[in-house]
Amino acid sequence: MRDYLYTEDLSVGYNGQPLIDHICLHLRRGEVMSLIGPNGSGKSTILRSIIRQIAPIRGTVYLDGRSMSQMTALETAKRLSVLMTDRVHPELMTCRDVTATGRYPYTGKLGLLTAADWAKVDEALVLVHGEDLADRDFSQISDGQRQRVLLARALCQEPEVIVLDEPTSFLDIRYKLELLSILKDMVRRQGLAVLMSLHELDLAQKISDYAVCVHNCAIERCGPPEDIFTAEYILALYDAARGSYNPDFGCLELEPPTGAPQVFVIGGGGSGIPVYRRLQRQGVPFAAGVLHENDLDYPVAKALAAAVISEAAFIPIGDAAFRCAAEQMERCPRVLCPLSAFGPMNEKNRLLRELAEKAGKLS
Amino acid sequence: MKQAHSRYWCAFLLLFVLLALLAAWNINAGSVPLTGAEILHILFSPPDGSTEYGIVRTLRLPRICAAVILGGGLSVSGFLLQTFFANPIAGPFVLGISSGAKLAVSLVMISLLSRGLIAGSAALIAAAFAGAMLSMGFILLISQRVKRMSMLVVCGVMIGYICSAITDFAVTFAEDSNIVNLHNWSMGSFSGIYWDSVAVMAVVVGVAMVLAFLLSKPIGAYQMGEVYAQNMGVNIKAFRLALILLSSILSACVTAFAGPISFVGIAVPHLVKSLFRTAKPILIIPACFLGGAVFCLFCDLIARTAFAPTEVSISSVTAVFGAPIVIYMMVFQRGKSNL
Repeated sequence: MRDYLYTEDLSVGYNGQPLIDHICLHLRRGEVMSLIGPNGSGKSTILRSIIRQIAPIRGTVYLDGRSMSQMTALETAKRLSVLMTDRVHPELMTCRDVTATGRYPYTGKLGLLTAADWAKVDEALVLVHGEDLADRDFSQISDGQRQRVLLARALCQEPEVIVLDEPTSFLDIRYKLELLSILKDMVRRQGLAVLMSLHELDLAQKISDYAVCVHNCAIERCGPPEDIFTAEYILALYDAARGSYNPDFGCLELEPPTGAPQVFVIGGGGSGIPVYRRLQRQGVPFAAGVLHENDLDYPVAKALAAAVISEAAFIPIGDAAFRCAAEQMERCPRVLCPLSAFGPMNEKNRLLRELAEKAGKLS
Repeated sequence: MKQAHSRYWCAFLLLFVLLALLAAWNINAGSVPLTGAEILHILFSPPDGSTEYGIVRTLRLPRICAAVILGGGLSVSGFLLQTFFANPIAGPFVLGISSGAKLAVSLVMISLLSRGLIAGSAALIAAAFAGAMLSMGFILLISQRVKRMSMLVVCGVMIGYICSAITDFAVTFAEDSNIVNLHNWSMGSFSGIYWDSVAVMAVVVGVAMVLAFLLSKPIGAYQMGEVYAQNMGVNIKAFRLALILLSSILSACVTAFAGPISFVGIAVPHLVKSLFRTAKPILIIPACFLGGAVFCLFCDLIARTAFAPTEVSISSVTAVFGAPIVIYMMVFQRGKSNL
């Protein structure tokens, strides 16, 4: 399948000054491409250049096999629609009216909508769960509702490609998920192509077929999410010196408290995570053990604990790890044991707990 | 939506009824009292050489036509400018466009008068258009630097003052008895307009109105902001140029014949939009024309009769009724848009 929207050696920037050079993006129908990267890296500039809101410094954007600069605004409008961050202040317009502006490329000289057009408008509103908003004044609804109405507007333009600039920014989690689900549905059923910038890394990781990383005035990396969303690279991409990124959960962790461990946590099977987080919040450095490397607690402990004593996956905890944990526990004034289930694999953790109890450290 | 449609019909009907009533009242009002039967007789009979016939046919009727055409043109010009600047308090008067036109027209008039010539309608419109475009050019330059709309309006008012000051200089130092007329005109007035002028303004405003109406589709898109309008398929550059040219030619034409008339361009579109409860250009453009006609007929009636036999300048009357509306808009709509 050929690329529906692609750029050839595109340079974007303002006032003739290139900000990002050599942009070669290739997007096919039925694919989702997300731009990620720190604030001010130029994600919006790239999107605005692609939709021709600002003139590219160099290079060409191709849409449906043709150079976009050779196409009329109307030809573009039938193939590509947008949802940008610009505030709109339409006067005295209901949400249905705003949605109806998406039919612009299909109406006649005077812009009158036919019954079929209105049906498509209402259909688009239903798709974004905005049917209750239809008759409300657009200037009197919330930011999140506005975003959904504008998505309906973009959808009833019947595009092949939709370009969205941080579409989830104002939305609460329900509508974040719904907006992305609607997009994903359109991608699967109608072969829509989606190009968007996203701030939510967890969502970007889950929805994108390709992630494009914009950093240091360049497209630093691009590829499928499994290549991009690694613990090290995401921190490097955002120049984040503190905290860590967990690629498996797609979540961020704050940086661990510094200093020698004050508390030893015997955890496992997810029981440790709330305790780790509480200690982190209170600023108490802690050690965690003994955790299997495939344990649910392990990545969080890795991110938050001063020391983690671990055992290889799928084998019972061995003597070496046990001794190491016991020594560590010796040095900690307090021991916590949120773990309550013991079996052959973590038998040694039960022994650790007994040791702590005997020493009177368990609280 | 059914409700909305009946609202639109009622609003148009209301405007037409008001227009008819005010036109009738305007024909009737004046220093020479006439009965309804006399007026009907004069309107539908051949010339009989009487004074009454002259008053109605050559003074009052053309004046009414001028008020209708110019008032309508002025408020549509205001609506176009408000669309262009995405600002409800933009208008040809506050942005200094009327004053620019006034300056150019008075300079042309004075220089022609000093050679013993009287400027024709075409020359006046051309001069007014040039002046309007000059002011518009300044405003456009400023609008690229000034992002806040209230500042843009302040700059427009300043441009207006500069133009008015230069006009006053020119009028004061010009030596001609005809200057008296010029002075009246430069204050704004519908008096002294005859059928030949009415014909010219009908053609100019008529063509501009048709073009503006044909632009109602992209105007509607532009109300969503430039980014979305472009994505909907509006050729932004051509559209913006068309808006500038149309609003300038409309306000230039008004200024050429009636001088600067204040606040009609802001107050009428606002009232009409409130009446229709929509800003859809396909409705609002014709409605603005009707509303402007009604507003100017009303104000001209007051200008002629309130202190008869002395005639007040039309601009004073429109300011009395228009400026409070503008103040109301600035105070109560601040939160809604980027004033």
